[in-house]
Amino acid sequence: MNLDRQQIAWRVAQDIADGSYVNLGSGMPLAVADHIPDDREVIIHSENGLLGVGPRQTAEPYDRNLINAGNIPVTLRAGGAYFHHADSFMMVRGGHLDVTVLGAYQVAENGDLANWDLPAGRKAPAVGGAMDLAVGAKKVFVMMEYFARDGSCKIVPQCTLPLTGRRCVTSIYTDLAVLDIVNGRVVVRELIEGITLHTLQAETPVMLHVSPRLRLLQPPSK
Amino acid sequence: MLNKIITAAADAVRPIHDGAVILCGGFASCGFADELLEALHAQGTRNLTLVANNPQVAERGMALLLRDGRVATLVCSYSRKEGTTLIEDMLQQGLQLEIVPQGTLAERIRCRGAGIPGFYTRTGVGTPLAEGKEHRDFDGETHIFEFALKADFAFVRAKCGDRWGNLTYDKTARNFNAVMAMGGTHTIAQVDNVVELGALDAEAIVTPGIFVKQIVATRQP
Repeated sequence: MNLDRQQIAWRVAQDIADGSYVNLGSGMPLAVADHIPDDREVIIHSENGLLGVGPRQTAEPYDRNLINAGNIPVTLRAGGAYFHHADSFMMVRGGHLDVTVLGAYQVAENGDLANWDLPAGRKAPAVGGAMDLAVGAKKVFVMMEYFARDGSCKIVPQCTLPLTGRRCVTSIYTDLAVLDIVNGRVVVRELIEGITLHTLQAETPVMLHVSPRLRLLQPPSK
Repeated sequence: MLNKIITAAADAVRPIHDGAVILCGGFASCGFADELLEALHAQGTRNLTLVANNPQVAERGMALLLRDGRVATLVCSYSRKEGTTLIEDMLQQGLQLEIVPQGTLAERIRCRGAGIPGFYTRTGVGTPLAEGKEHRDFDGETHIFEFALKADFAFVRAKCGDRWGNLTYDKTARNFNAVMAMGGTHTIAQVDNVVELGALDAEAIVTPGIFVKQIVATRQP
């Protein structure tokens, strides 16, 4: 069974070390916060000016002046801080974040990332902070489905969509496998049950390499 | 005596001319200077260039200026107005759009306030947003040059302000406001509370008054 989005989020969370500073992109990556193991203290950065993002607000009326970058009312954890946008992106661009988790339309074999909505697209263009995060964070984790809605593989020899960043992706977490980009090669680290390297390779237009630590990707049962 | 407090938003926006470039603080739905934007709307000023992270989510301020065709150019990182096709519609009617990565937008504004002509950054290298920009390698890594963003005015929203223009903000409503206050040539702050000089903790003032030209108090309900 393919992993659902919560299970992918769970898998990403397992690779975030205790004490990390982490930025979670809008949409799917936000779910990672719900799966950080209890014994780890992870400090979440939101680019609109807060460190130490806590759970969503639950009591109405919501405080609309305390939101995350996805415009969701959140809380601030003890020890959290507010700051303005230039300082926020000093943290991003200056290499102070350990990890960012981003969505993607395409990831190329060499780690190029395409994940923004484009001037030529149907909707008005939006890049937000993704280009800054892609070049600034120490590790860039991509979280996505392995195949696009049209059935095409999102891991590609070269991105055909305009780039967000060059050679920036560290690891890819999908519904089928966990993969690392190592020196311009895609290395499979984990596979879900019922899929073989052979069948995955048949669906993937780039050469897959195998980690010596290849193991089963098995989320906890629900 | 230095007193930057103005009673009416209409008076604060009077110097703003057609074709002005205005920095608009705010992010997503919070921290926008609604009353200043709406006073400008009421004044009928046109052909504006608005610089903001995104078109305000609420049907206020920026949304009114955009809807009524007062905005010639929007400079932003995220042009979509969620739940509407306002931007798509305005693009059909000739709205010009400049998309800037969020951190680059903040730093271009900061640079202007700091008297620096621009900066080199890795952000955007290899993307369509790098086209036509100067490229230069530092320590083997390619960077692009981004110019400081010059603006005539800045509209910021703050929680508290005093007659010298010192400001504090409310949580994430600080966002672009504090950097735009520093980057605007003529900064006007809409504040929710006007306080006595000396009432703000000097250790906690976020925007020192030197960056602020005028303060307008939000109308209390």
